[in-house]
Amino acid sequence: MKKIIKYVMADILRNRIVLVYLLFLLVASFSVFSLEDNSSKGLLSLLNIILLIVPLISIIFSTIYVYNSAEFIELLVSQPLKRKSIWISLFIGLAGSLSIAFFIGVGIPVLLYEANMVGFLMIGVGILLSIIFVAIAMLAAVKTRDKAKGIGMAILLWVYFSILFDGLVLFLLFQFADYPLEKAMVGVSALNPIDLSRILILLQLDVSAMMGYTGAIFKDFFGTTTGMLISLLVLLTWVSLPVWLSVRNFNRKDL
Amino acid sequence: MILANNVSKKFGKLQALQNVSVTCNKGECIALIGPNGSGKTTLIKSILGMVVPDSGFITFNGNNILHHWQYRSEIGYMPQIGRYPDNMRIVDVLNMMKDIRQHKSAIDEELVAAFGLEELKQKRMRTLSGGTRQKVSACLAFLFDPQVLILDEPTAGLDPVSSEILKEKIIREKQKGKLVLVTSHVLSELDDLVTQVIYMQDGELRFHKTIEALREDTGQEKLSKAIAHVMLNASTI
Repeated sequence: MKKIIKYVMADILRNRIVLVYLLFLLVASFSVFSLEDNSSKGLLSLLNIILLIVPLISIIFSTIYVYNSAEFIELLVSQPLKRKSIWISLFIGLAGSLSIAFFIGVGIPVLLYEANMVGFLMIGVGILLSIIFVAIAMLAAVKTRDKAKGIGMAILLWVYFSILFDGLVLFLLFQFADYPLEKAMVGVSALNPIDLSRILILLQLDVSAMMGYTGAIFKDFFGTTTGMLISLLVLLTWVSLPVWLSVRNFNRKDL
Repeated sequence: MILANNVSKKFGKLQALQNVSVTCNKGECIALIGPNGSGKTTLIKSILGMVVPDSGFITFNGNNILHHWQYRSEIGYMPQIGRYPDNMRIVDVLNMMKDIRQHKSAIDEELVAAFGLEELKQKRMRTLSGGTRQKVSACLAFLFDPQVLILDEPTAGLDPVSSEILKEKIIREKQKGKLVLVTSHVLSELDDLVTQVIYMQDGELRFHKTIEALREDTGQEKLSKAIAHVMLNASTI
């Protein structure tokens, strides 16, 4: 298993896209921190960039990579290797290299400018988001045989998680404005890893004071250690569930 | 050695394999023959575990292959169309395979030398011609001195010299008592190679008999004539 991870990692690192991604994150982080005089404000701007870019790159790069490695996977499957370990190695290779790119691109500037609780949380959440979207991408790629369809599906999933989901939630909130939905919103946020990450970090920043009554309920839940642990658990479920489903699918896939 | 029992496989509406049962033993050289789309490659891929049958099972040395993935270390497989990672060089592919297989005994690089791949070693896979790619596939199949060789259209795309080299290699391995499964449409090539013939059509196994029996039944000496006889008089057999 270690060997396949080694070959996957070597192949990805030879790919220029990951390098460009790393440089982009690095430039974005440093420019955001040097533009704002208050580095906690910088953190907020950076958060918005991360929540948009990290899932997008992770999901699309991984989907395309899996399709482009079709030959490599086929070659490995005819060898004395367990299918499960081939797939998991591919996942670890992808998640590992994208997390490393994120850590260098965002982690290092954050540690330089804002090495506190919020900074650490943001690095952790960013890495988790990278891993989550690699997992989702692999599930999308194993489910659809056709490359164009698979990549389209990945883009749609990203649009859903980053844009559509918020719209749906807003729509629901307005439709049921007469009912007390604040507590339910905590549960709904677990359905979207991007939203969950956003809430987790925003609540650590001072701006959370401006979020009104829902914000107060959120603070009550996510502000506590238990709440944080539960959200972490939810995020980990967002990793393990797609990985488990995709392994199951890959085990039965005809190559 | 390899036993397939009532294997069926459907791809959508297409019945690729229908209740196929075969037994292959050591020292045999079996030709899988049939028209295009008759399920030969699907059968081979099922034996390799690349295609999972809908029903039926396949055993290798008595173990169901579904649960014993290690059996593939005993198989050398040469695919019909070898597809390799584009940005790897020939030498990288060979080294990666050696690294992954962790083979203890000697590595058989006879074909690498015979095909003259030594000089091409630094070339990237995407720059290779179809024939050279086929040579790489052949080298990989024989590299680990496996007990079973599964060759899907081995000589397609090879020049006459190389295909002769490959044929001689197959004969030498057969004489060592290995099981060789080969599909080909160039029947004249198989004449001095095979000991048994499996004939498939529309995903069904039509017959599995020794080449002597086939010659007797059809009254033809050449395999190509015998098979033509079978195809024309499908109802008589």
